[in-house]
Amino acid sequence: MNPSQKEIGYNTKVEGDVIVTKVDAVLNWFRKNSLWPMPMGLACCAIELMAAGSSRFDISRFGSEVMRFSPRQSDLMIVAGTVTYKMALALRRIYDQMAEPKWVIAMGACASTGGMYRSYSVLQGVDKIVPVNVYVAGCPPRPEALLDALMKLQKQVAKEPLIRTHKAPKPDALSGVHVK
Amino acid sequence: MSDASIEKTSKLANDLKTKFGDLLSEIHEFRGECTLVVNDNAKIAEICNYAKSELGFDCLTDLSGVDHLGEEPRFSVVYELYGLTSKAYLRLKVLVEEENCEVPSVTEIWKTADWHEREAYDMMGIRFTNHPDLRRILMWEGYPYFPLRKDFPLEGKETELPDIAFTEKAPMEGGPFVTSPGQPHTTLREPRARTIE
Repeated sequence: MNPSQKEIGYNTKVEGDVIVTKVDAVLNWFRKNSLWPMPMGLACCAIELMAAGSSRFDISRFGSEVMRFSPRQSDLMIVAGTVTYKMALALRRIYDQMAEPKWVIAMGACASTGGMYRSYSVLQGVDKIVPVNVYVAGCPPRPEALLDALMKLQKQVAKEPLIRTHKAPKPDALSGVHVK
Repeated sequence: MSDASIEKTSKLANDLKTKFGDLLSEIHEFRGECTLVVNDNAKIAEICNYAKSELGFDCLTDLSGVDHLGEEPRFSVVYELYGLTSKAYLRLKVLVEEENCEVPSVTEIWKTADWHEREAYDMMGIRFTNHPDLRRILMWEGYPYFPLRKDFPLEGKETELPDIAFTEKAPMEGGPFVTSPGQPHTTLREPRARTIE
């Protein structure tokens, strides 16, 4: 190797407009700056999700203004609202239809833990059927809280390895819903 | 309620009572509201048809099932009728036993009864004969219990969710929406079960 090229760095005279980096970093940079949400807006949190998408709390700054309602075209599922057991069936099916890589934000108290609804009809936390990356507290969380969660997710995405293996969620040790 | 509408309501209730005689009980009136109890469940459709076509009660504002656990008969179905032109309200009640919970459906008379009856079936287990599509509306197909019966616990029972999971009871911690401030476990967050001493 040419001894003058031993230094690691960006030499403008030699490289010009070319940056040398790792594939990991580039792919993750692409992915985190264009997370297309699949808004699973089930209840009141959906209103705050819409507010986050509107002009005041612009979610499009983060590349997420395309709220794709089709799971095939999105990579981030934002579960916003109470998940009843009846809806849980549909939610799991939609999650399965999303293509890898995919992430989930559980927005609000009901999606995170079942919220104030401790009853026979409400799933006590969407993490019992899908693996969740970020939980947002609040009832409903302010749009800024959702954007903060999105930024935390971006930091998580930036650290992912190139070959991202996705393990099936383990049975919940605290009992509850066990995914088959 | 104004005097005129109270008069209207009792006039229409009396009309219904004279037409059907022994099929209906006496009119219970309370603060301007008239309630009639139907003695023969099978005739409810006929009575409702007359109420809609002749007396002008063209709006069924509510149809709900009630569980009187401990009383005989156990259930009742309440029909709240309203006349849009007469602006009169009327309430009809049907008493349903637990062993034979069948009531004729009034879906042909008022289309809105379709979903209300499905809900009464889903939550109480009251079946409606001649219903076009009697299946569960709030719980999933194949749910084995009737949740709003008085002997069903709020936190639910263990069941099998088809295809994806099975469910367990929700953690109650001494009652719904109860947190005692200052206890050691309130510094930890949910969900966890707390045994009651």
